[in-house]
Amino acid sequence: MNIPKELRYSKDHEWVKSEGKLATVGITDFAQSQLGDVVFVEVPVVGAAVVAGKAFSVVESVKAVSDIYAPVSGVVVKVNDALTDTPEFINQEAYGQGWIAVIEMSDPAELDKLMGSEEYAKIAAEGGH
Amino acid sequence: MSSARQTPLYATHLKYGGKIVEFGGWLLPVQYSGILEEHRAVREKAGLFDVSHMGEVAVKGADALAYLQRLVTNDVSLIADGQIQYTPMCYHDGGTVDDLLIYRRAADDYLLVINAANIDKDWAWMVENRGAFDVQLTNLSDETAEMALQGPLAQTILNQLSDKPLDALRYYWFWDGLTVAGKPVMVSRTGYTGEDGFEIYCRPADAAFLWDKIIETGKPLGLLPVALGCRDTLRFEASLPLYGHELSAGISPLEAGLSRFVKIEKNGDFNGREVLAVQQLSGTKRKLAGFVVTGRGIARGDYPVMYEGRQIGIVTTGSYSPTLEKNIGNALVESEFAKVGQHFDIEIRGKNVPAEVIPRPFYKRKG
Repeated sequence: MNIPKELRYSKDHEWVKSEGKLATVGITDFAQSQLGDVVFVEVPVVGAAVVAGKAFSVVESVKAVSDIYAPVSGVVVKVNDALTDTPEFINQEAYGQGWIAVIEMSDPAELDKLMGSEEYAKIAAEGGH
Repeated sequence: MSSARQTPLYATHLKYGGKIVEFGGWLLPVQYSGILEEHRAVREKAGLFDVSHMGEVAVKGADALAYLQRLVTNDVSLIADGQIQYTPMCYHDGGTVDDLLIYRRAADDYLLVINAANIDKDWAWMVENRGAFDVQLTNLSDETAEMALQGPLAQTILNQLSDKPLDALRYYWFWDGLTVAGKPVMVSRTGYTGEDGFEIYCRPADAAFLWDKIIETGKPLGLLPVALGCRDTLRFEASLPLYGHELSAGISPLEAGLSRFVKIEKNGDFNGREVLAVQQLSGTKRKLAGFVVTGRGIARGDYPVMYEGRQIGIVTTGSYSPTLEKNIGNALVESEFAKVGQHFDIEIRGKNVPAEVIPRPFYKRKG
């Protein structure tokens, strides 16, 4: 299971990479492996206000529809339009080309509520609960 | 769900890396390597499914044919010894109890293959309908393991293991008393994928051995172990109904577009005949329509079908189609909206997404 050390993680299996007020977010390698082949992604709209812990995107595999929860609050400033035609980026490169959106954080202190890689690794090892 | 049961191949599924889920009261793999890869293997090469969860009921006796004619909507008198028939089984109100295969072993000896989730309900219904018919019913579901070898290379693979080449076994016929890898089996040329293939019935004790042998033999040709996830996408592309989706107690076979399996004119009365005869004569209020989503989104079962702000139906199955690479679905809609070329919307997460009715089946194999 790939769980990069430099990222922060939510209990809902999203990852966050922060630079100043900007947070790039996606779903973890563990999450994509649980979902199976991703065939559709509904990315959020640029300018949308998102709230930590609330659904802001949808990822669909062949069999399942899954809400993706914003790991931090703020405003969406950029979305990964490539996922429209290539949703499989999420399976192939969950932490790279599979990124979903960039959120300008309204409260960067929310990052402290997220987990580090070691803590998240334990959750993934227990099957995600 | 601690009550879920294991098939004789449960340990085999774990050995091959199957991801186990509960389905119809059974613990079965939803995928091994991935649904898309498994789907492709069945369309282009071959795949091996465990379908041991299916139920089997033997119907024997002097009145076996008369009893079956009463029970199901198709005309069972049309099949010969060694032949198989697909048929719906209806309630008196025309709703569907189940859809099943009837294997005719002899004029007074039949085997019914029924859906796993419906075994208890079907059994109760069959017993209730026995009446004064001279028949013996035996539920063989626990004594039978079943696997399905499906795909264009299925015959090439099975011929390497069977004591008799299967080239002469015709579609919807079966042979009993042959051996595969030295084990006694019954083999039918049937399936639920839209491809050529076989269903292999064996003793539960032989199932794991046979599975390993078939995989070993087919692997160099591209055979993969395949599971429930692609079973659904394959049957859906081929427009084969799934009970609980296209058929149910609230959906008649005529509404589901299965009129060629409803023989109103056959000899003798049958359950649901009166209602189905009226539906056939004056048309059904609702019809099953196949559609492609022309906007962005995947339709899923139970999503509303909308037209000018009004709900006109409901999606029965919707999915990404791996073969067509489009988002398609079936919907039960008011009949006037079921014609090819009709436009309507599918409500996906509160938004209306445009869709258009297209011909079924969505996929038909070549040759």
